[in-house]
Amino acid sequence: MTFIAKPKVVHPSLPRNALGLVRRDYEGALSTLCAGCGHDSVTAAIVEACWRQSLEPQNVVKLSGIGCSSKTTAYFVSGGHGFNSVHGRMPSIATGANAANRQLSYIGVSGDGDTLSIGLGQFCHAIRRNIDMLYIIENNGVYGLTKGQFSASADVGTKAKKGETNFQPPIDPVLLAMTLGASFVARSFSGDKEQLVPLIEAGLRHRGFALIDVLSPCVTFNDHEGSTKSYAYTREHYEPAVQADFVPPEREITAEYGAGEALAVTMHDGSRIVLRKLDAAYDPTDRSAAQARVQERLRSGEFLTGLLYVDSDGKVEGGRREFHQVNGTPEEPLNSLPYEALSPGSKDLAKLLAGYR
Amino acid sequence: MTTNRINDFTIKIATVNGTGSASANTLLMKSIFRSGIPVMGKNYFPSNIQGLPTWYEIRVSRDGHVARSGAVDLMVAMNAETYSRDVKEVAPGGYLVYDSTWPRPALLGRSDITVLGAPLAKMCNERFNGVRTRILMKNICYAGALAALLDLDIERIRELLAETYAKKPQLVESNMKAIGLGYDYARQHFPCPLPLKVERMDRTAGHIMIDGNTAAALGCVFAGATVAAWYPITPSTSLMDAFKGFCDRSRIDPQTGAKRFAFIQAEDELAAIGMVIGASWNGCRAFTATSGPGISLMNEFLGLAYYAEIPAVVFDVQRVGPSTGMPTRTQQCDLMECAYASHGDTRHVCLYPANPEECFYMATQAFDLAERLQTPVMVLSDLDIGMNDWMCRELKWDDAYRPDRGKVLNKEQIEKLEKFQRYLDKDGDGIPYRTLPGVHPKGAWFARGSGHSQYGTYTEDSTEYQIVLDRLVRKWDTAKKLVPRAVIDATAGSDIGIVSLGSCDSAIQEALAILKARGVAVSYMRVRAFPFGEDVERFLAAHRLLFVVEQNRDAQLRSLLTLETPIEKSKLRSLLHYSGLPISSSFIVDAVLAEVPPSSLRPAATEASAPENPPPQQRDAARA
Repeated sequence: MTFIAKPKVVHPSLPRNALGLVRRDYEGALSTLCAGCGHDSVTAAIVEACWRQSLEPQNVVKLSGIGCSSKTTAYFVSGGHGFNSVHGRMPSIATGANAANRQLSYIGVSGDGDTLSIGLGQFCHAIRRNIDMLYIIENNGVYGLTKGQFSASADVGTKAKKGETNFQPPIDPVLLAMTLGASFVARSFSGDKEQLVPLIEAGLRHRGFALIDVLSPCVTFNDHEGSTKSYAYTREHYEPAVQADFVPPEREITAEYGAGEALAVTMHDGSRIVLRKLDAAYDPTDRSAAQARVQERLRSGEFLTGLLYVDSDGKVEGGRREFHQVNGTPEEPLNSLPYEALSPGSKDLAKLLAGYR
Repeated sequence: MTTNRINDFTIKIATVNGTGSASANTLLMKSIFRSGIPVMGKNYFPSNIQGLPTWYEIRVSRDGHVARSGAVDLMVAMNAETYSRDVKEVAPGGYLVYDSTWPRPALLGRSDITVLGAPLAKMCNERFNGVRTRILMKNICYAGALAALLDLDIERIRELLAETYAKKPQLVESNMKAIGLGYDYARQHFPCPLPLKVERMDRTAGHIMIDGNTAAALGCVFAGATVAAWYPITPSTSLMDAFKGFCDRSRIDPQTGAKRFAFIQAEDELAAIGMVIGASWNGCRAFTATSGPGISLMNEFLGLAYYAEIPAVVFDVQRVGPSTGMPTRTQQCDLMECAYASHGDTRHVCLYPANPEECFYMATQAFDLAERLQTPVMVLSDLDIGMNDWMCRELKWDDAYRPDRGKVLNKEQIEKLEKFQRYLDKDGDGIPYRTLPGVHPKGAWFARGSGHSQYGTYTEDSTEYQIVLDRLVRKWDTAKKLVPRAVIDATAGSDIGIVSLGSCDSAIQEALAILKARGVAVSYMRVRAFPFGEDVERFLAAHRLLFVVEQNRDAQLRSLLTLETPIEKSKLRSLLHYSGLPISSSFIVDAVLAEVPPSSLRPAATEASAPENPPPQQRDAARA
C-alpha cells in the first residue's frame, strides 16, 4: 500500500463520460491491500466499467462481507453508499437492500472464503431468488487476512506457501451457479482487463443475478511455485472461450466479426452483448452443454473464461424472472412509497376487527 | 363446589391433535364470548401434525380474569391415552365428560366428581360416512353436549358455523347435525344445565378475541412496514402469515396489481435478519419474527446493526428452551439473550407486550424507536400471547399517526452540508444523522462492523474508537427516556411489591385481587421496556420486599434488574414458573402467601370486607 494521498486536481484533457465525469470520479479510498494484489486490478476494472456505463455515483451500492476482497468496496465509487457486512452474509444484505429500492445498481464483491465456505448458503439462495445484482468473486484459493490457509476453491494438488498439499476437491462457483440456474455466469482473470471490463459492463446491465468469478492471485500467500492460483499458473492455464463485448443501446455494432463467429444478445434495456466464440466448440447459450464443457476443461486443468453462460433464446436476454418480477412489486421503489399508500386507516381497521368478535 | 358458578368456571378439553378439535373449541369459546361473557382460551398442543395429546382450556370469568386459574371444573376427556391424568386434574365437585362408546373403568375411579358418559363415537359412526368425517364430527358432537350442559345458545352456535362455512353451506348442516346429536343426548341423559352454566351478560362490548401474532402483524401493517423477511419457526410463523394476509388484503394496487410490500421467506434466520438490516439501511421499515433459536442465529447481525447503527425490528415470540426445548409451550426465557445479543459491548432496546392489544401498539412503537434510535428493537412476546385467543379491548388507530423516520437527511439537506459525518453527535442526544443510498453522492457513507470514527471512516485508533463507543452509551441514555414507561400500581401503599413483565400480567392482576381480599396489600410494577427508566428505579427503591414474577428458571428479569439498576439483590425474591404452561393466578397467590402470611401484615386500609363470591383461587388453595 501507499501513504501518498491522491491529488484531487483533474486535468481538463481527461476524457469525460455522458455525465461529464472523469474516471477519478469513480474511484474510492486508497487501497490498503498488498502491492500487486489481483484485487486492485479488479477494482480498477470496476471503476472503468462504471465510468463507461455513466452510472450516477450515488446510484451505485457496494456490498461486501469480510476478507481482503470485501475491503475493496471502499476503493471504488466513493459517491455511492457501501456496506461492509459480516462474513459470508453479504447476499442477505443485498437482498434486503434490493427489495427496498430496485432502481439502484448493486455491486457485491466477495472472496472465495466469503462465498464458498462461510457464505455458501446465502450465495446459493441469492442465485435462486435471482436478485438483480452484479456479484464478483475475487478468487485466490487462499485466506489472506488469517495468513495462508486453503480456501474451498483451492485445487487438488495445489501447494500452500508452507508446503502443505491440498487433497480436497474445490467448489467451483461457475459450475455451481450454472447448476443453480444463474442467468449470467462469467469467469475472468484480474490480469486481463480487456476481457474483464466489458464483462462487468454487461453484468451491470443484466437484469437478475450476474456472477463473475475473477481469478485474482494473492501475491503474499499464493503466488509461489506449486500454486495453481498464482499469476504464472493462471496465465498459462486460462483459456478464453467467449469474448463478450458490451454495446450500449445508442451505439451500433461496428466491430468486424467474421461470419458465424459472433452472436449479439439484446438485453432488457436495449443494450447488446456481442459474444465472440474463441473456442468453436463452446455455446454460451446452452446451459448443459456449457456446463459440460467447463467441467471437461477443468478436468484437464484449464479454466475457460469469458461470458460462459447467459440466459438467452439466442438473440434476446432470457426469461428467468428476477426477484421483483416474482414478487410483483411496483417499479417505484418500496422505500419511496408514501405512508398514505401503506396504512389501511382506522375505518378499515374497524371493519377488519368485526371478524374478531 | 361453592355457591354461584354461573359464568365462573374452567373447562378443559383433552383430544388428539389433527382431529379437528380446534374448530369445536373455537366454536365453544366464541359462542360464550358472543353471549357477552368474558372468556379465555388456551391451547396446549404438541410439536406434531397428528396423533399426539392436545388440550384446550376455556375459562369463563364473569369478573373478566383472562389468566389460568389453576383449576379445572369440567374436563372433556376425548383421548384414551391421557385419561388417567385428565381425571386426576378435575377439582373436587367437578365434572368429567367422556366418550362412553367404549367402557372406561379407569375414569370412574373418583367418587368426588361427577362422570358423564355420552356415546359420541357410536352416534357419529351411525350417522356419518367416511373415517375422517366421523372423527371430525365426534369432536363437534362434544361441543353439542357441552352446549346442553352449560346452557349455551344453540342459535349462536349456528350463527358462528354459518360465518365459518360461508362458502360451504352444506358443512353448516352436517356440523349442526353433530351438534344436535350431542345436545339431544345430553338433554335426555344428564341433569342439564349443570350448576356451571352460562348466562347472558354484557361484559364483552368493545372487546375482540384476537391472538398476539395477528395483532402484532396488524401493527406492522399500520406502522407502514414494507419488507418482511423470516424463516418459519413455531410459535412466530402465524405472525408472518397474518402480515402477508393483511397485505394481500390492503396493499395491492387496485389498478396495477402491484404489491406494496416484499415478503421474503429466507433460507435461515441469519439471512432473515440480514435482509431486514439491508432493507432498513436502504430506507424501508423492515422486520422479522422468530423465536429463541432464531435469535441465537441472529446474534452476529444484531451486533452489526447495533454498532453500525441500523434500525431493525425483531419479534421474538418466546417458547420453551434451552435448545429446541418444547417448541409449542410458552416461557419468558429469552430476556437475557435479547437484551445483550451478540459479542462485544452490545445492548438492545426490548419491548415486553403483556397481551395482544399491546402487541399491536408496541409493533408501531418498535418501528418508531428503531428508526429514531437507529438500532435494533426487539419485541418479546411469547407463545401464550402470540398463539392463544385473548379477549382484549378493540384496537384503535389514530389516522393522524405518521411514522417517526428519525434523523434521515434528504437531498436538499445533504446538498447544504459541507461534508456529511455519519457518526457525529451533533445534537448531544447520542443519535447521529444518517442518509440513504441513491440520494446524493455527498451523503455516501460506508456501513461497517469494523472500527469506525465519528466521521464514519475506518479506524483502529483507540481514541477514535472510544469516542463512538461512549457516544453509544449517551444514545442508550436517550433510549431510557423514549421507551414505554412501566405500568405501576402503588395505590395499595404497601412496602411489598410484585415486579413482572409480559404475559404474567393477567395472572398477577387476578392474584392481586385475591391477595387484597385476604388482607395482603401488594404494589405492582410491570416493566414494559429495556432499558429501564427512572420510574423503574424509583419503584424498586420504594419497596422493602419485591417478588419478581417471571416465566423462566434462571430469574432473568431479576438478573437484568440487578445488573442495570442499583437495587440490592436481597430485596428481590423470585417467583419462577417455567413448566411451559402459562402461569396461573393461584401459583402467585400461593407463593406470595408462603412468604408473607396474612397475619404478619396490617390489613390493607382500603379493604373493608371480602367480596361476596370468593374467586376460584381460594378454592384452589383449599384443594392444594
